[in-house]
Amino acid sequence: MSVAVEIKEKEPKTEPKKMLVTGAQGVLLSLLEEGVDTIFGYPGGAIMPIYDALYDFSEQLKHYLVRHEQGGAHAAQGYARITGKPGVCFATSGPGATNLITGIADAQIDSTPMVCITGQVFSHLLGTDAFQETDVLGVTMPVTKWSYQVTRAEEIPEAIAKAFYIATSGRPGPVLIDITKDAQNATFEFNYKKWKKITSYIPVPKLKLAEVEAAAELINQAKKPFVIWGQGVLLSHAEEDFKAFIEKAGLPAAWTILGLSGLETEHPLNVGMLGMHGNYGPNLKTNECDVLIAIGMRFDDRVTGDLKRYAKQAKIIHIEIDPAEINKNVRVDVAVNADAKEALQALLPLVEQREHKEWVQSFFDAYKIEFDKVIREQLYPSTPGLQMGEAVRIISELTEGKAVLVTDVGQHQMVGMRYYNFKETRSNITSGGLGTMGFCLPAAMGAKVGAPDRQVIAVIGDGGFQMTIQELGCIFQYQIGVKIVILNNNFLGMVRQWQQLFHQKRYSFTEMVNPDFVGIAKAYGIAGSKVTEREYLQGQIKEMLEHDGPYLLEVVVEKEENVFPMVPAGDSVANIRLD
Amino acid sequence: MDTAPNYSDSEERNYTIFAFTENKVGLLNRIVIIFTRRHINIESLTASESEVPGVYRYTIIIRARYEQVEKLVKQISKQVDVLRASFYPEDETVFQEMALYKIPMTSLISGHEVEKIVRDSYARILTVDPQYIIIEKTGHLEETKALFEQLKPFGILQFSRSGRVAITKHMKDLSTYLREQAEAHL
Repeated sequence: MSVAVEIKEKEPKTEPKKMLVTGAQGVLLSLLEEGVDTIFGYPGGAIMPIYDALYDFSEQLKHYLVRHEQGGAHAAQGYARITGKPGVCFATSGPGATNLITGIADAQIDSTPMVCITGQVFSHLLGTDAFQETDVLGVTMPVTKWSYQVTRAEEIPEAIAKAFYIATSGRPGPVLIDITKDAQNATFEFNYKKWKKITSYIPVPKLKLAEVEAAAELINQAKKPFVIWGQGVLLSHAEEDFKAFIEKAGLPAAWTILGLSGLETEHPLNVGMLGMHGNYGPNLKTNECDVLIAIGMRFDDRVTGDLKRYAKQAKIIHIEIDPAEINKNVRVDVAVNADAKEALQALLPLVEQREHKEWVQSFFDAYKIEFDKVIREQLYPSTPGLQMGEAVRIISELTEGKAVLVTDVGQHQMVGMRYYNFKETRSNITSGGLGTMGFCLPAAMGAKVGAPDRQVIAVIGDGGFQMTIQELGCIFQYQIGVKIVILNNNFLGMVRQWQQLFHQKRYSFTEMVNPDFVGIAKAYGIAGSKVTEREYLQGQIKEMLEHDGPYLLEVVVEKEENVFPMVPAGDSVANIRLD
Repeated sequence: MDTAPNYSDSEERNYTIFAFTENKVGLLNRIVIIFTRRHINIESLTASESEVPGVYRYTIIIRARYEQVEKLVKQISKQVDVLRASFYPEDETVFQEMALYKIPMTSLISGHEVEKIVRDSYARILTVDPQYIIIEKTGHLEETKALFEQLKPFGILQFSRSGRVAITKHMKDLSTYLREQAEAHL
């Protein structure tokens, strides 16, 4: 049996670099080899050798001292989403590592490349309930794409090289490397090779032409084709191919919240948002189209509603890189198991030029109904109370749709994504799959670090803001120029909305008595202001945007507004409610 | 990942899942949590080195619907260190389990009955000690269970049954799959 020999990883031919270093230095040298220049982290006992080594690397590796490890993980996510490079975060063993978990879980479900490095107790103490010992590998296993525990310094370069390869290849995700303190202290001969292949791992399946041809045939025969796209389009950098494809075949296209900004909001074929608080047309038409073309999305339940009543009339095409997503939630007629960019490039010459004018128009007719019943009043309210929607509209107008919008979770998130008029790709950062309150502030921080020249706006609720409010400290210390807009309704608004609609207005523990947010910002040395009346809103937003450095704007909005349209949980997308 | 051909229905039945993996710390955990998370009970699990050195074979038995097992196997395949995962209904595999029974020596001395049971059930006596004997029986679950019932009156001091080991009936060998897997890299 010689197969095992044959399938061993092929050694790269380039001469490896060699030098004697500590494990801790090896970690940092490995990061440099991977092109890392930014780290979000928090020191502690078991990771001190790495931090000690970092002291000498601070020129090449810019470390941001977050105020809680969860903030570090979300910052790394924000950084990854904006740059497309993996986010890197450091934490110590035990509580440091467990504090990362929410961020790791968020990155896993939203396919965000992230490399987490945690310190661990000495290897001879493993399993002894030593001080700050937690089985980090065990507790993170369900939420990491891959993880590895290093107990010998010699393993460090290979573990980190694999970590970066796995985090960024195929469907990206978070990986965790847990390094015992003795491995950080030991010296070894540093020798780095980038990893490009793991036998047991096929990140990008080979495109099968027959699958593409079958998809093209369905699309060419379709009378009412409908495209729904997700983050896969952005992750594979397929925005241009995607646009060319829908333009040629005349396909109306709607987005999931992670696909948002992949196609400019005002593109004539961009028909809006899918799912629970999505637009009226896309939800209705899901159950009217004859061919549904899903690209780089995973039929999340917030998108599909009741699966038994989801697009049953349609033939479904699923372009998806991860084979485990195919037929997971929705049985499809044609699966194209490939990278979105590659699939779209193959598909483009095979689809026929079409316009589907009436069909596309029907989405805009639905939009008009939605505009009259819902949108106008949110963007241009006739009542005195401030609306979240109008704040977002003004932000969108004043930034000309070119800012990075980072949102938290809840009503403001839905409103932000519905009404910001995106002009550029990779401009929307939000916690989609996990719905992590507290995501926004640190993620915005990471995004601003990753794209210092872009305007980064954290639109956030009063609830979520207080979940990771401590990162104001990090924003202040490094003068990270994030613009923070708190849409404050003094309620956990989305939960309150559900209580109103589905729990007989029993507002159980959703009303919040809030502190003076602007005062808190001031205490952190961050400029800020509060607006309660419409006549000052535009001016205050303008002032915030023009301010050099971080700024906090509290917008006090109507206390009991609801987000509509809405597909009630578990209902059919066809039963979308406008009020 | 590939699936059993022409076999699809919504009835719950026993399926055998095979996973071929690298021998990595924690991989068993990664595989098991795929089941736990979905509230699916594993009936039996065994792991051992396969015919290819360095490649481990997990044999996992679950009772589930076709659709469930298909999704589970995709999730297993997705694990970075899993080389290949597949699943088969019971009748497409040849399988065996082994059971050990420890009974007091007195039961053997008091008559010929135990000896007859052992002989008739194609079991064998592994160890004889002044105080006890250990009987070994390989077979399907029903057979090892039946022997248990027969030996029960004599007093079973200890009983242990292994997980199922299984081999598929079809002819494609692991090396071929692994070669295909290696070629699947772009």
